[in-house]
Amino acid sequence: MDFAFFLIQLLNGLQYGLLLFLVASGLTLVFGIMGIINLAHGSFYMVGAYLAWSLSSLTGSLAAAILLAIPLTVILGMALERLLFRHLYQRDHLYQVLLTYGLILVFEELRSIIWGDDVHGVVVPALLNASIPLTDNLSYPVYRLAISGVCLLLAAGLYFLIQKTRLGMMIRAGASNRDMVQSLGIDIKLIYTLVFALGIALAAFAGMINAPLSSVFPNMGSQVLIICFVVVVIGGIGSVKGAMAASLMIGLGETFGQVLMPDFAGMIVYVLMAIVLVWRPEGLFGRA
Amino acid sequence: MTDTLLQASSLHTYYGVSHILHGVDFSARKGETVGLMGRNGMGKTTLLKTMLGLVRPREGQVRVRGEDMTQAATHAIARRGIAYVPEGRGIFPNLSVRENLVMAARAGVDGHREWDFDRVIDTFPRLGERLSNGGAQLSGGEQQMLTIGRALMTNPDLLILDEATEGLAPLIAREIWSIIKTIRASGIATVIVDKNYAAVMALADRSVVLVKGRVAFAGASSELSENQELMHRFLGV
Repeated sequence: MDFAFFLIQLLNGLQYGLLLFLVASGLTLVFGIMGIINLAHGSFYMVGAYLAWSLSSLTGSLAAAILLAIPLTVILGMALERLLFRHLYQRDHLYQVLLTYGLILVFEELRSIIWGDDVHGVVVPALLNASIPLTDNLSYPVYRLAISGVCLLLAAGLYFLIQKTRLGMMIRAGASNRDMVQSLGIDIKLIYTLVFALGIALAAFAGMINAPLSSVFPNMGSQVLIICFVVVVIGGIGSVKGAMAASLMIGLGETFGQVLMPDFAGMIVYVLMAIVLVWRPEGLFGRA
Repeated sequence: MTDTLLQASSLHTYYGVSHILHGVDFSARKGETVGLMGRNGMGKTTLLKTMLGLVRPREGQVRVRGEDMTQAATHAIARRGIAYVPEGRGIFPNLSVRENLVMAARAGVDGHREWDFDRVIDTFPRLGERLSNGGAQLSGGEQQMLTIGRALMTNPDLLILDEATEGLAPLIAREIWSIIKTIRASGIATVIVDKNYAAVMALADRSVVLVKGRVAFAGASSELSENQELMHRFLGV
């Protein structure tokens, strides 16, 4: 493997890992703070991709489509939290799994009714439709670099929000003692609504920016969902830092796995998860 | 009327099928210190939680500053100037000492801000030495100081202290009592629940005793402390 080839795999692995992080961070936040297992999280990734496709064919611009779609997904997240998820915080995980599995079916059916069952492609924006030559016959697409850059910015923003702002402190406090947060005059229900909508919007946004690379197809959320649960388990439930570490591990592991031992690539992720579960059942950054 | 910060009338609260409070009346006025006493399981904490909206009464009314807040959200009640230091402290162990304080900062009702981060640290110098420690790394006494300091960060007009000295070494407990005196002297009304009845009655203008979810005594603290027979009957001392 020469250096340029290695570099391409490295960048691909990082880009895939960072994208996973966007989806998984919302899952781990909602799981860690509200105690909700949201099987429908992957559906929001799909909704994001379909919105990006339909709105970009409507407006002729992916950027415009994303700008329109983000507020839509935030509203969708807030509405679902108020109407459905709010009632499940104090319930057993079984109820949450039942409801959110039902939601997957509802989202797939709605997707079929609204957008049909065909596979669609989304065009890379002209501004980013270029490649950086690495050697005579190898080059790297600018769009992938741009995705990685945007993901890194969002990850930094999320870290700042959770670790450095008062809202972040309230969010973390809510994960440890909900009643006490309310007794301090803080509206915990509003905070939960915001966190939930943020998680949904991040997943949908990941689906939007990845649409030109992955194409848009039915059931695209379920693949992502499974990998994201692996990320949450490896990283530690509720840990954003852990989600980042685990996403990069999986992104790089899967990418290099496909190059170095293609026969076992599909297994690598689950082997990693098994090792972590045996070695640290609470996850890399989880609280025991 | 606006002099009364917190007023509960004929509260009946249940936990499932158990009837805990049987028509309890309670009130706290501006600047006043009220002792709430009774043996274990007589309903003291349930009364506090009902008044704070953490538990809903089946009957009766809770008024805060004259306004009916029986069904109001806990945060809305707290925002009307009431701070709660719960039994078992309730610090956030996953936040640092500094974060525990900063996250609670807020102006009081009508915007007064006597208490801020610096004043809390002045009052509790021990916390100042442990600002970046996690809440869980503190000793019991330090955790209690953090909980009281955090409550003060909300600039309350009424501070409710549930078993603030429970499980603390005598020397630390004495320090907490002297802090409570300082807070009382600053004009903040306090409701004190504590097993150290003598200390409560020495501070409280009025005392209320609960026996099996009913008010058995309500009156001047001296009236209770000077009556050996009442003390024995209600509190077993």
